[in-house]
Amino acid sequence: MIGGLFVYNHKGEVLICRLFRDDLTRDAVNAFRVNVIHARQQVRSPVNLIGRVSFVHRKTDGVWLVAASRKDANAAAMVEVLRRIAITMHSYFGKLTEEAIRSNFVLIYELLDELIDFGYPQLTDPSVLKTYIMQSGVKAVTQEEQKQITSQVTGQISWRREGIKYRRNELFIDVVEHVNLLMSAQGQVLSAHVAGRVLMKSFLSGMPECKLGINDKLSIRDTSRIAVSSGTLDDSKPARVSVAIDDLQFDQCVRLGKFETEHAISFIPPDGTCELMKYRTTSDIKLPFRVIPLVREVNKSKMEIKVVLKADFKPNLIGQKIEVRIPVPPHTSGVSVICMKGKAKYKSGDNAIVWKMKRLAGGKEVQCSAEVDLLTFGNVANRKWNRPPVSINFEVPFAPSGFKVRYLKVFESKLNYSDHDVIKWVRYMGRSGIYETRC
Amino acid sequence: MTDSKYFTTTKKGEIFELKTELNSDKKEKKREAVKKVIASMTVGKDVSALFPDVINCMQTDNVELKKLVYLYLMNYAKSQPDMAIMAVNTFVKDCEDPNPLIRALAVRTMGCIRVEKITEYLCEPLRKCMKDEDPYVRKTAAVCVAKLFDMNPVLVEEQGFVELLNDLLSDANPMVVANAVAALSEINEAKPLIEVNSQMVNKLLTALNECTEWGQVFILDALSGYTPRDEREAQNICERISPRLAHANAAVVLSTVKVLMKLIEMLPADSEFIASLTKKLAPPMVTLLSAEPEIQYVALRNINLIVQKRPDILKQEMKVFFVKYNDPIYVKMEKLDVMIRLAQQSNIAQVLSELKEYATEVDVDFVRKSVRAIGRCAIKVEQSAERCVATLLELIQTKVNYVVQEAVVVIKDIFRKYPNRYESIISTLCENLDTLDEPEARASMIWIIGEYAERIDNADELLESFVDGFHDENTQVQLQLLTSVVKLFLKRPTDTQQLVQRVLSLATQDSDNPDLRDRGYIYWRLLSADPAAAKQVVLAEKPLISEETDLLEPSLLDQLVCHIGSLASVYHKPPSSFVDNTKAPLRQLAPNAAALTTNGSSSGDMDSAPGLIGVPAPAGGVPSQDTLIADLLQLDMNPMGGAAAAATAAPIAAPGGGLDDLLGLGGSLPSYGAAPAAPMVDPLAAWGVAPAAAPAPAGGLNDLFGLGGGIASMGGGIGGVQGYQTPKAVWLEAASHKGLQLEGAVVRKGGAIYMEMSITNKAMQPLSDFAIQFNKNSFGLVPAQPLHIPAPVFPNQTTQVSLRLETNGPVQKMEPLANVQIAMKNNVDVFYFATVVPMLVYFAEDGMMEKREFLELWKEPIHDICTKLQANNVFTVARRSVDGQELLYHSIKYTNKIVVLSELKMEITGAASLTLSLKSRHLTALANLNEMYQQIFDN
Repeated sequence: MIGGLFVYNHKGEVLICRLFRDDLTRDAVNAFRVNVIHARQQVRSPVNLIGRVSFVHRKTDGVWLVAASRKDANAAAMVEVLRRIAITMHSYFGKLTEEAIRSNFVLIYELLDELIDFGYPQLTDPSVLKTYIMQSGVKAVTQEEQKQITSQVTGQISWRREGIKYRRNELFIDVVEHVNLLMSAQGQVLSAHVAGRVLMKSFLSGMPECKLGINDKLSIRDTSRIAVSSGTLDDSKPARVSVAIDDLQFDQCVRLGKFETEHAISFIPPDGTCELMKYRTTSDIKLPFRVIPLVREVNKSKMEIKVVLKADFKPNLIGQKIEVRIPVPPHTSGVSVICMKGKAKYKSGDNAIVWKMKRLAGGKEVQCSAEVDLLTFGNVANRKWNRPPVSINFEVPFAPSGFKVRYLKVFESKLNYSDHDVIKWVRYMGRSGIYETRC
Repeated sequence: MTDSKYFTTTKKGEIFELKTELNSDKKEKKREAVKKVIASMTVGKDVSALFPDVINCMQTDNVELKKLVYLYLMNYAKSQPDMAIMAVNTFVKDCEDPNPLIRALAVRTMGCIRVEKITEYLCEPLRKCMKDEDPYVRKTAAVCVAKLFDMNPVLVEEQGFVELLNDLLSDANPMVVANAVAALSEINEAKPLIEVNSQMVNKLLTALNECTEWGQVFILDALSGYTPRDEREAQNICERISPRLAHANAAVVLSTVKVLMKLIEMLPADSEFIASLTKKLAPPMVTLLSAEPEIQYVALRNINLIVQKRPDILKQEMKVFFVKYNDPIYVKMEKLDVMIRLAQQSNIAQVLSELKEYATEVDVDFVRKSVRAIGRCAIKVEQSAERCVATLLELIQTKVNYVVQEAVVVIKDIFRKYPNRYESIISTLCENLDTLDEPEARASMIWIIGEYAERIDNADELLESFVDGFHDENTQVQLQLLTSVVKLFLKRPTDTQQLVQRVLSLATQDSDNPDLRDRGYIYWRLLSADPAAAKQVVLAEKPLISEETDLLEPSLLDQLVCHIGSLASVYHKPPSSFVDNTKAPLRQLAPNAAALTTNGSSSGDMDSAPGLIGVPAPAGGVPSQDTLIADLLQLDMNPMGGAAAAATAAPIAAPGGGLDDLLGLGGSLPSYGAAPAAPMVDPLAAWGVAPAAAPAPAGGLNDLFGLGGGIASMGGGIGGVQGYQTPKAVWLEAASHKGLQLEGAVVRKGGAIYMEMSITNKAMQPLSDFAIQFNKNSFGLVPAQPLHIPAPVFPNQTTQVSLRLETNGPVQKMEPLANVQIAMKNNVDVFYFATVVPMLVYFAEDGMMEKREFLELWKEPIHDICTKLQANNVFTVARRSVDGQELLYHSIKYTNKIVVLSELKMEITGAASLTLSLKSRHLTALANLNEMYQQIFDN
């Protein structure tokens, strides 16, 4: 039960103030400003108890979004609601800046009314809200349409309206994986996981029933079928037959009960884009890149850094947008860099050498070495340097976890198109999450 | 054109200007004006003066304008109740509007207008809307009932809205069901009107699969309040909700975890089902850690609870809690906490190398915590202790001030846990003495020096350097310094006498701190009386410290597990501690009030037992220390000064062996007061119950000095005049007994013994379910009937109870004779205390005796005494009766030929008392003699 919702700018001025419960007063608005925004010591938690009022906040682009409650409310829900509010506002008027909020305050109040009633979150899906709250005032709709709207937003399939028609039924699937790695300086993997997402963009008529097949170890064992490359969507040779997925999360459109019992992912997709599922794997991850840093502190005024980068994937694939960040101490006075490929530059503002390569084929090994001159006097020089890790950003055209879409079938019984008529596209993409090697 | 311009008008006369604009004929202008009003309202300006003008704009077919006017109305209706009535008509009309969105808007706003007078007008429209054909209106109406209940609960009950809500649970539309559940749960929390039954649960479980994510949260939260009838039902619910763990919404996941954690308790612990369920629980929680930092934080705080409750669930997942370089600091700190909890032999190497890495980070708090964590690992996993110590030494070499300090503090704990193993590193520690500037680190270092004084050659110099600045130190350091210097003296008495005297006088004469003075006096007297005993007390073996530290108290943990996902679980505090409403639901896993808590005073002593003090001091051990202190009091009365005056007052009032009684009482009381320490106490937080080696006598002394309050006044009660009823003494202090203040006295009324008690509740929640039990005692005192307190005692309320007692219970001789140990239970906990029942309540009404009988009886004990003394080589020389007094004269000869003469005076009138006068040429020979007499008589 959220008692109130406030939005402040970075100075602590109130932009939006909406009280849902009587137990909160405007004093709470000030309490948060004084104790958190203006606090001398930076507040170190997103959840704070001030007086007897609990505040949950998130800060984006200099704007504070705050939910307050005097009860023992559901903290997870409060955090999650704030996130949804940010998403909703973003989808209505772009970036969440002070200016944007001031310009749209009437709309925001209107939205908040639909998002939260008496502190209870109601509808937080922007695509649903957009069916009846428009930026340019309320659209004149007929009674028929009104009825349809209300029953749709409250109904079982709130995310899709009836009567959608496309001439060409098309379906795009993007498997986007973020690889996260923490490697010790000695090259030992401390932790690694892949956070993957299956994004779907669908242009399908009617209310299509879809069924997605993936090469999850569990579901494959369940159906006792081994995935062979004959799958309609599978375009590359399967290196691994199946992947062990640690955890799966589905969009609201997926029938969770059915997944639990039959391991089948079945759903009626929302029109347009949606994040169908999220998953996480930790075992057998194919790490696309390996970074070997070598840091030698020659003396107090000099340091040598050498970084070797290995592309650990098939030579016929190409990695893109590669950017290696090599940290240097804050008291660096000058850097001279030599690299075999790409461009490397010292960025004094970031205290790092940024080494960029547009493309790098699999199996290649490149290196970059630098000589760093250090200041030997002044405050900064005496402070200890904590050696931040070397981090890398990249994009590769495969799924490092080995995740594969085995099939996606579309059934629409009422309209006269079948699974074969639907044009389907699948794309795999591996990106860097937090990919760090300590040095 | 944007709306931001509305914020910029700050001219004078603005209100007047707005007024004209609001009353303008042009629709466009009107709308602009209302927007300006709302903008002013947002920034906190008072625009209530415009109330009638804004209300006038309400009658419009422009929905946007209507919404704005409603927003204004919700804000100011309370301050203008009379004018708010003007709006009622519009609401009633809007509730009939053909557009469902307008109907819903009216219902939604209606409930937010908190004006008493209006509420009754709203009942009819609300009832209609609850049966509206449109689900959007129904779902809004459901929430409106909760709003109305918040304002006027009686009205909601009278008008039958609760039943209507109940009907909505069977609605075809899942969102309506979800909102009805939310509203019902809130109403039930304040006042249980509808019982959640299995039929309702079935409905909810069906709706769960269909409704929106928030609806799922409402339903799951409602389910967490339901207790299934049997295992099968519990298992069924588990099966049906566990798919929710795969939901993308963190709130849904955590609420599911909450319900599952609760239901698991109901299932047989070793069943296969539980195994598979716990396997399912881990992945979703780990996944939450890849969400955004705010969610991670909430998840981590909850994981901390779950790991304490069921360590198995996440024991394989250590790696995911490794700190990432970019994690916000609050996430880092929480991860570290969880890491320590999950550390065990199999993963300790990994954990240690991580912790070492963290100890070189930049954030001071985080580094400190990491260093502390290394120490914790050493204590938790014995095999790793060596590595941990080596790591700590490496860190000390960095010479970073706060790292060194933190390392010293944890090394002290390691010394406590593994005595005589790592003392070789003391020299390294001593090198860093100068860098220590925080009290805790200084105190720890001083403790180490004192404890290992015999191995540190210049221990006296080191301590002396601390003593030089004694007055500038924090109390914690002063106390520790005092103890360490005494230890040093006992170990190396020859060259440290001056130092110890200096410290003792600093502590006793120049300090305003009562704790410090008390401790100083105790040491002083111990040392002057019997250095050997002092050695026994001060250098006693210390109890081991416990492995698991800062665990939550089990009952609190159980309570918090029922609140997973909520704010309580984030704060790790029970909801009652931060929510005003005392009606907050008190959910409990199982009624287990068995957890005992410590009530030790925190005087900050490192020798105290932070872990298991457990067993009360054995009765046999206590008397020897009593006598020791009895000696002290006899011999050393003079330097006691002012403090002694209070102490002497009590024994004088007591008849006969009053002094002994009092001391005995002092001895046995604390052993019950302080002994049942909770098995798990943070060694750092619970530094010190009292000097642990001699908890009993120290407590006794405190009490004698009048610090213990209750006991001293009870002592006074013993000597009370006949017919006098002992005033109530404090038996349980609210501060240390979870808010229960118990004052009481045992009195004799109309031929029966009564225990008069006043129970005061100083806690936040009502206290109930009181029960009382007596331990075996000398007179077989037991309650005649069970303790009956009809109604729960509400906060800040006091209840008077009179409990009739009988003397036909089991008998066991107590020390002192009239001591009774009592256990008192309520819904919160069990408390133990002891009291000395004034002897006069035992005086029977038929105590009248014939004169002759009296005389005969009187002679008997005298004769008895003489034979007893004779048997112990105390010889009766003469016997005399002078006006109601019986005088006995005795002679004693020591083996070294010193002769002692004694006169024993017995009062015949009034209370029976013995006065002993001793005479000898050598005064020292009289020491302890009264004690000897006492012992002879007792045998």
